[in-house]
Amino acid sequence: MSATIVLVVLAAVAAWLIFTFNGLIALRNQVRNAFRQIDVQLKRRHDLIPNLVNSVKGEMKFEQDTLEKVISARSSAMAASAGGNVGEISRKEGELSMALGKLFALSENYPNLKASDNVRTLMEELSSTENKIAFSRQLYNDLVTSFNTKQQVFPTNMIAAMLGFQASDLFELPDNSVERENPKVDLAV
Amino acid sequence: MNIYEQQANNKRMTWFIVSAFVAFFLLIGAGFDMFVLGTRLPGMAPAPVVQQSVYQRPGRRPRPPLNNTGLPIGTMLAFVAGAVMVFNSASGGPRMVLQSSGAVPADPSNPKHRQFLNVLEEMQIASGLPMPKAFVIPDPDPNAFATGFSPENSYVAVTEGLLDTLNREELQGVVAHEMSHIRNFDIRLMTMVAALAGAILLISDFALRMGGMPRGRDGNGGKGNVFGLVLWIAVLILAPLITNLMAMAISRRREYLADASAAELTRNPMGLASALEKIRAAAAPTRTIKQGVAHMCIEDPRGASAEDGTGFFADLFSTHPPVARRIEALKKMAYIS
Repeated sequence: MSATIVLVVLAAVAAWLIFTFNGLIALRNQVRNAFRQIDVQLKRRHDLIPNLVNSVKGEMKFEQDTLEKVISARSSAMAASAGGNVGEISRKEGELSMALGKLFALSENYPNLKASDNVRTLMEELSSTENKIAFSRQLYNDLVTSFNTKQQVFPTNMIAAMLGFQASDLFELPDNSVERENPKVDLAV
Repeated sequence: MNIYEQQANNKRMTWFIVSAFVAFFLLIGAGFDMFVLGTRLPGMAPAPVVQQSVYQRPGRRPRPPLNNTGLPIGTMLAFVAGAVMVFNSASGGPRMVLQSSGAVPADPSNPKHRQFLNVLEEMQIASGLPMPKAFVIPDPDPNAFATGFSPENSYVAVTEGLLDTLNREELQGVVAHEMSHIRNFDIRLMTMVAALAGAILLISDFALRMGGMPRGRDGNGGKGNVFGLVLWIAVLILAPLITNLMAMAISRRREYLADASAAELTRNPMGLASALEKIRAAAAPTRTIKQGVAHMCIEDPRGASAEDGTGFFADLFSTHPPVARRIEALKKMAYIS
């Protein structure tokens, strides 16, 4: 009789372990896949930038400084992504976003550019890529949050580490990131 | 209700609709057997011998039943036809819906379509679902719908008018709303309802025409069957109406949830809210979108008049909750109202 009870309890514990383990594995794979998605979009942005710079540089020759900043931000972002450090990547990519934002804002002053189909198409592609980066980051962070929460709630927290799971890092902007700076709005006409 | 419950609920509801549809077909077939063909099943009593009355004009004989095989041919045919139609709706429903509204695949070389494709891809990334196929409907009135059988096989269609009227942020809200319908499996349910409702309308019309000369009275049966006949005809007449009411009720409840999920995807409820304002302001009906697809659209294609009532009957006959209420709910999400 007592042997039966012990067996039932053991079976229940085993079932719970299997269930929890499989759930965590599924979430971890989703987290990894979401991280790849961010990578894909960042790479796409790197590929689009030279095209944009080439098609605007004739018109924007007085903005050499801004153009150069975009180019150099792109190369350091590419170097960071080759390095593979998440914190470094998000910092460099943040700087690139900033430089691009400046270029977009300045291009508003050039009616010829806005009239050019080629430039308009490139601008649309780039702003879409910016959005895709933001949304893939959002999905990644949402998945990481639910993965981490699942590990940290009772009773899973007692076995998650034993099963070899650890909390994933959110794709955050570092404290000194340029994207955290307050935007300077100049309303003088 | 969270999204997994909503998905399960939608799949269950789809099964229910399909079973109700097949049951309806069996009923039509059985009625056809009894009242039109005069089929007698082996278990049934033999046809009553009609006494020749002295008052009856000589030479008048009861008409023999059309079907003497003893097999319920009508019922069997109706079952096969119903099964074929369900299969057809499941596999070809999305195509039928797209074709009926004249949707064509989005053209990446057209800047407006290109932007739509980009926005769709952004929302696909945000939702983590497979990429739906993008279609554009040549109609100047702003509207949009999603269809398909599953997220792996899904379509989003928007009108040219929508692409012209909305800015990028608003378009994003609308596409996110459609993406939520895909994720919640609303599309499977709504596409099945659209395809099967069309079939029911067709078949009940057909059965009513055929049943115009019932043989129940002199061929077989008796007074007891008159009640059955009346019931059968009532079902045939009411079926299209009931299907429509059901389609409307099903879709209304889902709009609020899709709005909320859209806000979750874009993190910007005001984009969708201002898109709804603009869509409502364009009061003209969306002509290319057929009545049968109305319950799938982001906004009732019959135009503003069908939307703005808030009474019980306005609620009963509209496929969507009043836009004002939806905008109000979105503003609450943005802490504005």
